[in-house]
This record gives sequence, structure tokens and C-alpha cells, in this order.
Amino acid sequence: MSVQSQAWTGRSIERVEDAALLTGLGRYIDDLGVPSGTLHAAILRSPHPHAKIEAVRAAAAAALPGVAAVITGDDIVRLTTSLPVGVRASIKCWPMAVDRVRYVGEPVAVVVAVDRYVAEDALDLIEVGYRLLAAIVDPRAALEPEAPRLHESLDSNIASERCFRYGDPEAAFAKAAHRIGIDVHYPRNSCTPLETYGVVASYSPGEDAYDILSGFQGPFSIHSVIARALKVPGNRLRLRTPPDSGGSFGIKQGVFPYLVLMGVASRVAGRPVKWVEDRLEHLTGSVSATNRATRIEAAVDADGRVRALAWDQIEDVGAHIRAPEPATLYRMHGNLTGAYDVRHVAVRNRVVVTNKTPTGLNRGFGGPQVYYALERLMQRIALELKLDPLEVIRRNLVPSKAFPYRTATGALLDSGNYQQALEVAARDGGLAELRARRDAARREGKLYGIGFAAVVEPSVSNMGYITTALTPEERAKAGPKNGAQATATISIDPLGTVSAHIASVPQGQGHRTVLAQVIADQLGLKPADIFVVAEMDTARDAWSIASGNYSSRFAAAVCGAAHIAAARLRAKLARIAAAQLNVSAEEIEFAGGKVQARGNPDNALAFARLAATSHWAPGALPSDVDQAFRETAFWTPPELTAPTESDEVNSSLCHGFIFDICGLEVDRVTGAVRIDKYVTMHDCGRVLHPGMVAGQITGGFAHALGAALYEEYAYAPDGSFLAGTFADYLVPTCMEVPAPLILHIETPSPFTPLGAKGVGEGNCMSTPVCVANAVADALGIADIDLPLTPAKLAATLQRVEPPPPPRAVAAALPAGKGRALHGAGEARVAAAPEAVWSALLDTRVLASIIPGCHDVEQVSATHFRADVTLGVGPVKGRYRAEVKLEDLVPPQSATLIGSAVGALGSAVGKGSVRLSGDDVGGTVISYEYDAEIGGKAAAVGGRLLDGAARIVIRQFFEALARRVAGTAAPAWRLWLDRLLARFRGRP
Amino acid sequence: MPRLSATSRHAVSFVLNGRSTTADAEPRMLLTDFLRHVLGLTGTHVGCEHGVCGACTIHIDGQPARACLTLAVQVDGASVRTIEDLAPEPGRLSVLQAAFRRHHALQCGFCTPGMLMSLDAYLAANPEPDEAELRKYLSGHLCRCTGYVPIVAAALDAAKRLREDTANA
Ligand code: FES
Ligand code: FES
Repeated sequence: MSVQSQAWTGRSIERVEDAALLTGLGRYIDDLGVPSGTLHAAILRSPHPHAKIEAVRAAAAAALPGVAAVITGDDIVRLTTSLPVGVRASIKCWPMAVDRVRYVGEPVAVVVAVDRYVAEDALDLIEVGYRLLAAIVDPRAALEPEAPRLHESLDSNIASERCFRYGDPEAAFAKAAHRIGIDVHYPRNSCTPLETYGVVASYSPGEDAYDILSGFQGPFSIHSVIARALKVPGNRLRLRTPPDSGGSFGIKQGVFPYLVLMGVASRVAGRPVKWVEDRLEHLTGSVSATNRATRIEAAVDADGRVRALAWDQIEDVGAHIRAPEPATLYRMHGNLTGAYDVRHVAVRNRVVVTNKTPTGLNRGFGGPQVYYALERLMQRIALELKLDPLEVIRRNLVPSKAFPYRTATGALLDSGNYQQALEVAARDGGLAELRARRDAARREGKLYGIGFAAVVEPSVSNMGYITTALTPEERAKAGPKNGAQATATISIDPLGTVSAHIASVPQGQGHRTVLAQVIADQLGLKPADIFVVAEMDTARDAWSIASGNYSSRFAAAVCGAAHIAAARLRAKLARIAAAQLNVSAEEIEFAGGKVQARGNPDNALAFARLAATSHWAPGALPSDVDQAFRETAFWTPPELTAPTESDEVNSSLCHGFIFDICGLEVDRVTGAVRIDKYVTMHDCGRVLHPGMVAGQITGGFAHALGAALYEEYAYAPDGSFLAGTFADYLVPTCMEVPAPLILHIETPSPFTPLGAKGVGEGNCMSTPVCVANAVADALGIADIDLPLTPAKLAATLQRVEPPPPPRAVAAALPAGKGRALHGAGEARVAAAPEAVWSALLDTRVLASIIPGCHDVEQVSATHFRADVTLGVGPVKGRYRAEVKLEDLVPPQSATLIGSAVGALGSAVGKGSVRLSGDDVGGTVISYEYDAEIGGKAAAVGGRLLDGAARIVIRQFFEALARRVAGTAAPAWRLWLDRLLARFRGRP
Repeated sequence: MPRLSATSRHAVSFVLNGRSTTADAEPRMLLTDFLRHVLGLTGTHVGCEHGVCGACTIHIDGQPARACLTLAVQVDGASVRTIEDLAPEPGRLSVLQAAFRRHHALQCGFCTPGMLMSLDAYLAANPEPDEAELRKYLSGHLCRCTGYVPIVAAALDAAKRLREDTANA
């Protein structure tokens, strides 16, 4: 390493990205100009988790002025092929519902119009006929033979199943002193970037080619998935990314089905089409982490040494198995023994489909699910054997002399010293003091706990790991897949200044700055001298299937490739300089913007002058130099080989190490968790930019804390989605995120050009389980599932809840389905019960008093149909309501059974109304209702539905009171007349 | 307020970053869309469109406000300031902006304009915030990248420097 190179790399210089971003001059996708004539798309989405689509009536929408096209499933089938699936299962996977919807939020139609407002108006005019089907949400329940089936082409809900065996797990379990196991459920969550998806697609019929701009982050293996789906050769699909991205964390990999969808929309509309997702769409319909049900068992010696592990993982990928799934499950396959030296492993992996949104990349990608099980198990082992949890961890760590260490399942752990990391973390993290604090807190009767987690953080994915989902025979047939190609191009213009192009699609991580540092070090320049172009264009850039921003590959792979390209350019420039300065190339030095003979600063050239030589005087180059103005480096590590015949796979190249300590207190009354101290020790190899590494760790920690304590893409048992706004899906604010104490040791990776490893995802793997271990320690409980919301913990603390008061109506409803709504109340009306009664049975009266009512139609004497517009907070929708009256006892009581269905969701309910006369000739109306809400309304409803329902009902009775007040005398006659008329009308 | 009709566009006249501006908007058009797509000031970001994330924060008559919860026609006659007006001049950063850069208080930068607009108003009114107050105030903003720690540090550092500037002035 040269002296200069230490000068820039490793320093926390200010980022070149920031000046624009701080002044409102960022260029995110929705900020860029679009070709003139561009139309705007809006997407109609399914309110139902599972239904047959019987008809899509779009004529009214298509006829709305300003609407250019309405795209439905038929267009998709006509113009695309199903997205290829990564396992051998006959599942069709379309970017939009075809015949059937399988999750709330699944696209059903796309409207393309002059602007987004008009497009959304048109969505309201589309009528979809659905025949509802039973939905399945729980992955374990989805395995039952009688569970509702999602895909008729499969004979169960299992999309993939594989069993693996490494070493001799059966013998190890038979020999071991203890067999200790736990069951855990890892919930769905998402890092929800603050910027949502965006796509601008245009189709050129002349060339049969698509040009699509989006925040897609890669991996660019998906380029072939999209090209195949759009039925064009690879060279007719140009994917581009905007210069800036408002975050991704894996999630923007999941935009790719929309690339297909908007490509088709542009083709049908004959114009470029732009679509920007809104937040409700994002939370409902974009990808998240998988939820996973895991049973894990360990064969344990009496002293806590783990000899074997048996994994049984049920991975829930949602309604479709969408590329690159089941990658979440297999990304960690080489790392199923975590940081531990365990030689015998049995694995059963099942991938199931359920009526939830399809999953995809999310920060940590498979790590959180695996470590939640493994590190909870380590704590349980300590508990059952009455050992110190830290000691159990320590006894099982991979020995520091063993690196590079091949795990039982095939990963090659490149470097590390886990024992030292533990020791430093305990010492510098103040573990002894923390323990004293816990003891003191407990003496005061507080619920204080300490948790640990040891995690190996893999980075730079082997593109072949996903094929572990196939059998060795299937793999042999398909041909080997492996490697992690990284590319970088460095060029010099005729003025001798340096630019770099990379296919890494940064999403806020400051890639341009770090690359400038790395390249500046090679060429003896300042980072400010280097201009890095990070936006990607598959038509122009050097790229490969591994290109993109995922599996923390930037520092290790992309910087490495740039370093190699710069070194090559430097070597060529040195040869040119040697000829001009009359010394050997070995004696040439690059420093301070100059190229000079070593030890003789007077014998020097300005860098720019030398660098421009290839442009201005190519004839003057030494004969062994072709040109020195453009160098593209391709780098792939030889360690990333394809899975072996016995299914061992080196799923990632680099392996950082993290050891976390958390001290926290749980409030006895509210169940709220207060993080008292959080220590996170990292070994991510060589640190290229300490400020950015700290940023990655702190940001990952905040995400992980959200996953641990608050966040869940929650579904009701009926498949309704319950977290559709940022008021329902709670992400941590600065009130919830304390500053973690970050510690480092450095064991550089021998496998990467700069010795760096990935660092951005580790806390998403370590922190959720570390916090859970601390909470389990505080509460003294064995089983604990995320998120650890105050409500959940309070319920655990106050185990026995008083039974709810008995209620007649509630019993009549199927319990525990969608979001439940209950209410009861009383209203007084200054009119006799008979008048009230007749008003309630009069369609004209009803039409005028039901809030938001457009029309009431009387189907039979006791059956009404109404069109109403009801608003629930930010979403307001039109519903078709059906009400039937039963148990009529005029003018005293009735039971109402009703349902309402609209684009925003559905409700079914039952209510009872009782009328009784008061002393002053008026009526007391008492009512009670129970309803279940599904669809979008349920997704936003958390805090709004109850209140909204109460307001609507109050408005209804107020209007009723106004309407019938003073009409008491003739009212009963009217009612009688109508009754008689009805009888007369009968044949 | 004049009576507006849902089907026609209305002229909205207001002061935008110190300049009087007039443009047409339908009554239902959000102020975010108006600023970004009609007037071309794309620095005001949209993260949720339901008032939770704070990315769209601007100043209306000197007060921080959520542009996504405001209709364009509501700012008729008002004075609006956006992120584009925060730097003292092109190529220079304000004390607060420079503190954000020094502390790595932004990664993707999507939340940043809203944070800056809120903090700019807050620090003007509260030159000596303590960390607890500041955190409470900032809790009206979501950031998914930074974990907030460097944002809080940058804001406290900016407050200190602004106080020093005032003392030296
Ligand atoms: S966009 Fe306005 S608060 Fe989120
Ligand atoms: S910097 Fe990305 S959301 Fe705050």
C-alpha cells in the first residue's frame, strides 16, 4: 500500500453527494423531466386477499376524458410471458392479477391518463366482479391438506421443498447429553425507504424495444427476467437508473414487476408512461422480508458445547414465488451454523405460498430470520443448562486460528477473531458495569434484562447460491451458476481529468465519495479531482448479472474493481511517464497531482498533461501501451464456486463479525421497552470511510430496532392487510433510537482487493434477536416473538385478562377474522317509536339520512341496497351496501344484517336496533353493532376506523332525529298505509 | 376565501422564496404537486402524502407546514419558503446545511429537505435547544437511513455555531 493511498482511503472526508442533496437539487426519479407526451398511470388493486375475478368492467373508465388506456390481465397475458420462477414448480407469476387475485393490493388494472388525478378518477369507475375465496395467511396452516389452495397448478401450497444433511447429525443427536429446541416465528417487516417506487417506461414499436427508467437496484440478473417477460431480446431492453435514490435497503429490487407492467402500459397507450407509487401502495403491495416459522434443535454436551443443529424452516414468500425468491431462504445456507464451530447439520426447507404480498430483498436478507432462531436457541441452551449465556456463546465460537474456516454447510469464513471481538466488546462496552446496573435495577423491582447476539455477517453474494434450492441433478441439467462479477470503468478525457463509471446503483450510501477516494489514492490525485458517475444504463455500461446494490457488495467488490482499474491505468501511465522522464516505470510515483521520478521531484510531469497523452499524441506512446484513457476492470472472486454435489455452498465471499450487548428495561405497567445501553462490536475488515461505516451501522441499528419493537406488515386472519399507513406501520423516530456504542476490530479479508467486507446489514441480523434476548431475560420468559410492542409485552406481564362482558350480537359473528369493529349507543328522537320505525323502512327517508348516500334501492320489503361514499381518514371510497332486516317486531326492534363492498375494502356486520317510547312522546333508540372490516379500509384503519364508524352512525341518527321530529302524529299511519299497500301489491 | 369550483382551475398568487408567483391549480391539487410539478421546485419531497413522514415540510408564512396536507389554493396570498431558498447563495451552504454535511447527517437525502426546513424554523426560535427538546421536535420527521444520531449531532452543532455567529456579529 503506497503512502498516498493511506492519505484518502480510511478518512471520513465530506461526501461529494451532499451539496446538491442539501439544497433541494437532488435528482430523484420523480424530479426528472420526462419525454413530452408522457402519460401517468394509476393502479387499481385488489381489496380481497383471495378471489376469482369474474369481470372487469372498464368501459366507463376508458371513456373518461383524459384517459388513454385501461390495461387489464388480458393485456398482460397477450403481451408478456409469466415471470420466470427460480424453483421447479409450475407456478405462473404475472405482474398483475390474471383471473384471480391472491393478496390484498395485487394490481388488477392500470389506467393511463393525462395526469395522475384523472387516472385515479378513472380507477373509481372500474367495476370488478369478484367471487371471494377462502384465504390462508399462516405459513404452518398453509401446509395443512385442507388449507385453501393458492395455485391450482400445485398440489399443495408448497412451492419448493428440500432436505439437507451435513456430517452425521443423527449420530450427534443420539450421542449428545441434551436435545434442546425452540420454535420461533419471524414476522414480516420492511425497511420502507422514504422514497417509494417510480418507473418511466417507453416502448418503441419501430425497434420493438423498451427503455425503462426506475429506481431498480439490481441484481441485474433480473434484467433477463424482465426481458423474457416482455418477450424481447436482452439488447432491446434498456434499463436505466436516475442519479439519486431515496433509499432502498433491498426493497427497490421489488420494483421489477412494475417495469413489466409499465412497459406494457406504454406499449398499449403508445406513449411513454410514468408511475410513482404512493405510500399506501408501497406498504400494501411492495416487497418485504419473508415471515418464517422455524423449529431449531441442538445436540448439546453437558458443558454447553453444541455438536449438531437441526433446522426446520417454513418460508412464507407470499402469493407468488417471485424472483429471486426463494433467495431469502438460501442466502444464509452456508451460514446456518452462524459464528459457531458445529460440524453436523440437518436442514429441512419448505417454501410455502400464502395470501400475502410477494416478498423480496430487504436489508439483512435472510439473516434476521436465521439469527433470530439461532441466537434465541443459544440463550435457551444457557438457560436450560443453567450456564452463563455469554459463556455458551464463547465455548462454541469458531477458533481464531481456524480461518479461513469452511462451515459444515459450505461457507468459507474468510477471516476473523471472534474471541477477541467478544473480549473487547465486554471490556470497552462496560459489560461488568451493565451487569451491576441490572442487579441494582432488579433489587428495586424493575424488569431489567441483558441480551447478547453473535452474528456472522455475509456479504458479496455468490450468484449461484440460489441454485441450492434445486437438487444436484436439476443443477447439473441447468449448468453451473456462481460468482459475483463486479465491474468498474475509469476514463481520462483529453484535458487529462478522470471519471469513473460503476454499475453499483448507490442508494444513499455515498458510493461516489468512496470511489473517488480509492481512485485518487492510486493516481495521486484528490478525491475532488475524480468525477464518479453512478447512475446505471444497461445500454452503455459494463455490467453483469451481479451488478447492483445488494448483499453489501460495494466496499468489497465494486471498490475492489475500481481499485484494479485504477491500478491498471496507473501502470500504463507509469510506462508512458517512464519514457518521458527517462527512468524505469518502477521508479515512477504518483502524488500531489504530479507524476515524478522517485526521489527527484524536479523530474516530474503534471498528471493531467501525462494523462492526456493518449488522446493528443497516440503515436508517441511506448510500443507496449495501446492506450491509457479507458480501463474497465472485471473482478470475480475464485472462492465463489457453484454448490457442490453434496449441496455445500459458499453463499457469500466475505464474512464480517458482530457481537452485540443490550441492556434494557421493560415498564411493568405499559410494557414499553427502554434501551438503556446498546453496544455493537463490528469486524468488517478494512474500513474505507469511518463516517460512512458508522452511518451504515447506526442506520441498520435503527431499522433493526424498528423490527424488534414496532414494525410488522400485519395481516388479519382473513387476509386483510392492517398496516397501510405510517400511522399503522410504526417506524422509529428519533425519540426511539438511542445512540449505540460502536466498537471495531479489523481483520482484513484476504479475498477482496482492499481487504474490506460488507457492513450495512449486520445489525439487521444481530439487533432484533439481541433485544429479544434482553427482553426474555428481563421478563424471565421462554417464548417471545417480534415485534415486542408494548401491547404484546403488557399482555404477557398481565397474563390473566378479565373476560370481556357478554354481548349477544358478538356471538353471532364468526370470531377473529378481519379488523373488528364493535360499538353500541343510544340516540333520542323527539318522535314516537312508530314514526321512527316507518322512517327506517322508507327508502326515500333512508336516502336522505344515510351519510354519503347516493341512492337507495328497495329489493324487497326487508332488503335494501345503497350506494354510499364513506370516508375513513385519508381514504374515502364508494361502497355498495346491502342491508337486510330480520326479526322485525314493529315498532320495537329489528336486526340488521349488512355488508358493504367497495374499492377500498369490505365490511360485514350485524346490528340490533331497539326503539322504546320515553315519557315525553319521544323515542329512545338503542343500538349495538359488530362488524369485520377487510381490504384497504382495514389497512389504514388502526386508529381511524372506530372513530369514523362512531361519527357516521351519530350523523345517521342526528339526521334521523331531524327528519322525523314533529312528524310523530301521522307517521304511524304512513307506516300502516305502506304496510297495507305492500299487502295489496301481492298477487 | 373565494368560492372555488371543482371543475375549473384557479389562479394561485403567492410569494414563493421571495418572488411573487402566480400559477393555476385545480382546487384538489396538493401543494406538493403544485410546487414540484407545476412550478418545478422538486426539492420538497413526498414520502407519505398523509402527514406522517415530514419530508414535505416547507414554511408557510414563516411556520413549518406539511405541504402534502395543504391544497395549492390554500397558499393564495401567503408567503411560502422551500428548501431551494435555504442556502445563502448558489455554491454556498448555510450553517445548518454545512453541519449536516460535516456530521454525515444524510445518506439518501430524501428526508433532508424536510428536516432542514423544520430545524431552520426551530433553531431561529430556540437558539439554545437541549438534546431532549430537539429530539422531541424532530420526532415529526422520519429518516430511514441515518438512525437520527448524526442528525441530532448536526443540529446541536449548528445551533452552537449560530450562537457563536450571533455573538461575534
Ligand atoms: S409527505 Fe407530507 S408528511 Fe409525508
Ligand atoms: S437520509 Fe435517507 S431517509 Fe433520511
